Amino acid sequence: MRKLLLLTTVILVGLVFIARLFYLQVYSGSAYNIFEDTAIQKEYNYPKRGYVYDRNGKLLVANQPSYDVMVIPREVAPMDSLKLHEFCTLLKITKEDYDKKLNRARNYSPRLSSPFVQQLSKTDYAVLQEKMRKFEGFYIQKRSLRSYQTTIGANVLGDIGEVNRRIIAQQPYYKMGDLIGKQGVEKTYEKVLRGVKGIKFIQKDRFNKHIGPYKDGIYDTLPKPGKDITLTIDSELQAYGELLMKHKRGGIIALDPSSGEILAMVSGPSYNPNLLVGRDRSRNFTKLYRDSIAKPLFDRGLQAQYPPGSPFKVINALIGLQEDVVDTRERFTCRMGYYYGSRKLTGCHHHRSPVAMNDGIAQSCNAYFVNVYRRIIDKYEDAGKGMNIWANHAKSFGLGNFLNNDLSVGSKGRIPDGDYYDRAYGDNRWGSTYIVSNAIGQGEVEATPIQLANMAAAIGNRGYYYTPHIIKEIEGDTIPKKYRTPKYTTIDKRHFEPVIEGMFDVYNKGTASTLRVPGIDICGKTGTAENFVRIDSVKTQLTDHSIFVAFAPKDNPKIAIAVFVENGYWGSRFAGRMASLMIEKYIKGHITRTDLERWILTHSLEDEYAKPYSGEPFKINGETTLQVIDNYAIENTNQSSLKQ
Amino acid sequence: MLRENQRRFKFDWITIILFLLLVAFGYLNILSASHVGEITSYFDMSQPYGKQTIFIGLTFVLIVLILSFEAKFYERFASIIYLVAIIALLGLFIFGKDVNGARSWYGIGSMTIQPSEFAKFATALAVAKYISDLQTNMRTIKDQLKVTAIIFIPALLILLQNDAGSTIVYLAFFFVFYREGLQQVYLIIGLSLIILAVLGLKFGVVITAVITTLVIVSTYFLQGKKRGSIFQYIIVLIVCVGFSYGVKLFYEHGLKIHQQNRISLWLRLEKDPAKLELMKKREAYNLIQSEQAISSGSWTGKGFLQGTRTTGKFVPEQHTDYIFSTVGEEWGFWGSSFVVLLFTTLIIRILYLAESQKSQFSRVYGYGVASILFVHFTINTGMVMGLIPTVGIPLPFFSYGGSGLWGFTILLFIFIKLDSNKINEW
Repeated sequence: MRKLLLLTTVILVGLVFIARLFYLQVYSGSAYNIFEDTAIQKEYNYPKRGYVYDRNGKLLVANQPSYDVMVIPREVAPMDSLKLHEFCTLLKITKEDYDKKLNRARNYSPRLSSPFVQQLSKTDYAVLQEKMRKFEGFYIQKRSLRSYQTTIGANVLGDIGEVNRRIIAQQPYYKMGDLIGKQGVEKTYEKVLRGVKGIKFIQKDRFNKHIGPYKDGIYDTLPKPGKDITLTIDSELQAYGELLMKHKRGGIIALDPSSGEILAMVSGPSYNPNLLVGRDRSRNFTKLYRDSIAKPLFDRGLQAQYPPGSPFKVINALIGLQEDVVDTRERFTCRMGYYYGSRKLTGCHHHRSPVAMNDGIAQSCNAYFVNVYRRIIDKYEDAGKGMNIWANHAKSFGLGNFLNNDLSVGSKGRIPDGDYYDRAYGDNRWGSTYIVSNAIGQGEVEATPIQLANMAAAIGNRGYYYTPHIIKEIEGDTIPKKYRTPKYTTIDKRHFEPVIEGMFDVYNKGTASTLRVPGIDICGKTGTAENFVRIDSVKTQLTDHSIFVAFAPKDNPKIAIAVFVENGYWGSRFAGRMASLMIEKYIKGHITRTDLERWILTHSLEDEYAKPYSGEPFKINGETTLQVIDNYAIENTNQSSLKQ
Repeated sequence: MLRENQRRFKFDWITIILFLLLVAFGYLNILSASHVGEITSYFDMSQPYGKQTIFIGLTFVLIVLILSFEAKFYERFASIIYLVAIIALLGLFIFGKDVNGARSWYGIGSMTIQPSEFAKFATALAVAKYISDLQTNMRTIKDQLKVTAIIFIPALLILLQNDAGSTIVYLAFFFVFYREGLQQVYLIIGLSLIILAVLGLKFGVVITAVITTLVIVSTYFLQGKKRGSIFQYIIVLIVCVGFSYGVKLFYEHGLKIHQQNRISLWLRLEKDPAKLELMKKREAYNLIQSEQAISSGSWTGKGFLQGTRTTGKFVPEQHTDYIFSTVGEEWGFWGSSFVVLLFTTLIIRILYLAESQKSQFSRVYGYGVASILFVHFTINTGMVMGLIPTVGIPLPFFSYGGSGLWGFTILLFIFIKLDSNKINEW
């Protein structure tokens, strides 16, 4: 018994120690992570972010250096009030700010670094740099911020902002305080533009002194600079589009049909991209974000999904020819609308009757297209099948689904098929007469401006298109193959000519005859789309949207365009004028139709947009008068409320 | 001739191999904990690891020397060796050199020697000598007092030199006394006092008094007919409560501030967050750094010379008292468990050998060796892992330092010599 006391104690102590070691090293200690090791300082070296050029080599986005004060809360030594005062004065913050910021950083992680004060001015940085060593736990991180060489294209270029915790959790490459592309090409080409940051692991001692590289620097990496990119955007055309869009809301998309390159991508209202740089970014962003009326961050060229209206008729003409339910000579009567029995299914405006395909398009006759559309649907044993075949044709133009391209936002649009109506009306409890609105681009059909521009490109190309994209060149790289491969529609090439003739006659003798541009054969189609909003839960009709889709020249088109102006009334009123101007600007480089230009620049729709929010009854469409601004040159943009 | 050879090499090789493993592994960790930049030469005398190379070299000379003496020499000269050690300790008051507030070193040129490291084996020899005397009976109060005096003298001298840690080691001899016949009641009293002290400090005297009363009352009723007078119980109760109160007073007034804080940290007595924060920067700094270094080792550790906290010298005194944190960081759970295993195996082996001794002197001495090693190992490793309050004593064979290494080597190898001689004892 006496012999056993020490023996059992020794064994017991051994077991307790091993258990304690297990607790310390295995149970409570996570796997070793060098990024959480406070003995190793991580020094990041952020590479140059790639520059952004336009298609003509004009520099749009460059960089400017920026300095952040970072903090590792665990390493912060308590400061006496004098030192604290000095530190706060250097950083131009109050002591309360100091506590708040430190707490926030500690809440994120006591071991990892967080930004403390961001984007110091150069003079502040110069003063601070000298004294930084005195303040344990703080260091200065150099980054590069964007410097916009232009005031246009905010929706195209996008911006960079700080990563949030969700991004860090998903992509461990990013650390707190890093910048990432948030919108536009900065977002879609983030990986190309950002490059790869370099990292140096430095062994520290307990006095926070660097004592050399960790493991002789075998884990250190050099930064890889970001690659420059060239966009397909023509900055002059983009700027012109933005000028035309002033005081209006809507979108303009201009494409090069021979390559699918996006020449201009205008969304109105726009804003100056410089607003989203530097310390003011979050304040300005919030302001833009909260503007739920004008929605400047909503890219109307890409995201806004509207009923396409009459431009969609040409698709029905093409499907009709392909399905062999109509030929170019057959005429249909229009009695100011389409009648089913004695019931008027759709109205029409005044034009001569009866019309064949050419005039049907040029005069935008509703009755003509309802006839064609019904024949397509009724060609098959049941409407569902007919509807599916019709939808399949329409979708081959890139409608009704995402374009799957390199833009950061987009919408699907909508091309309804048989299933869609089976769900709406019940299986087979509907027929072609229920859905005739689709014939004229109203009803359930919806499309975004970029889809309509792409549709115009596919028509101009006589049956194929390239996926619209914004990247022209990546430094030392090629652009993806999907942008260089044509996509064919389901319509035979020979059917396009008569339709294109019809679109040409829209300008010659039809709805856009006043918009002709000397020397350019433009093929286009006007559109006017009814639209409604809910005001105090009452469905209220607003002034129609003005739509125009075009390509030019007629043969070997260089530009395809879709213009959408919210509440602009009929198609040629706003959208048609703007499309003609854009085409002329792009093809000729200058404007001969100055009358059109002047009209657009001096007419505003701001009053129109204010109506639904006025709280008073208002008139729409023909009963309104247009707001005229006198001195458009001096008149500034709606950005004046945002401080730069 | 054959017999002569057999006798000479009858050393217990298991113990020797365990010793060699500990010294070698300790050396690797000292190297890691003390090198600055490139290791240019293992004999670089400006660096602790360079000195340790020399110390280890001299250790082998020392071993040969120890083993070359007759085994009987140690028993015969035990008292003289003890006296020399006491004189060496006394001499410190006159010739000693102050290091970190403790007057525990003799300075000879650039070298320093710490006599308290050598006093341990001397005391163990003296205790063995006294107990193994035929006249001695450990069950008598007289002999108990005398043998206590043998350990009390060096312990007191060391305490006066401000080296409280080394003083605590002398409690190790309790295990020896108990083995040699000290009554069980001392064990019970000893354990009770420890429990009372901890209870009193942690929960206060009132709660301790309540608990003690409950325990004593229940004992009184459980004892049945055998129980004595009720007054005996009341006296015991008063003594217990008085002791607990005394400990509290001693803690508050008798201890130095840093000692008080170490205990306060261990028992988590401090509730004021501001003071706690301050303690973390001061008394608890080493401990926190050490625990962090160990924790960061995970299963397999970061590898030899690869510990980031070791390389960064985050743990002060890492090559001496906190050497185990280097093991934890660089060799991980497996490596540190291996060290724990080496120590327990060594101690158990010594115990086994001690029990198999035919002479009482050898047995008592062996027990002393095992007890001293055990207490050192337990206090040092327990402290580094944060299980017991900070007490500054080295890890045997592992920690940097000549005196310590030699002291423990002499302690162990005298026993190996004694053990090798047991065949001649009849």
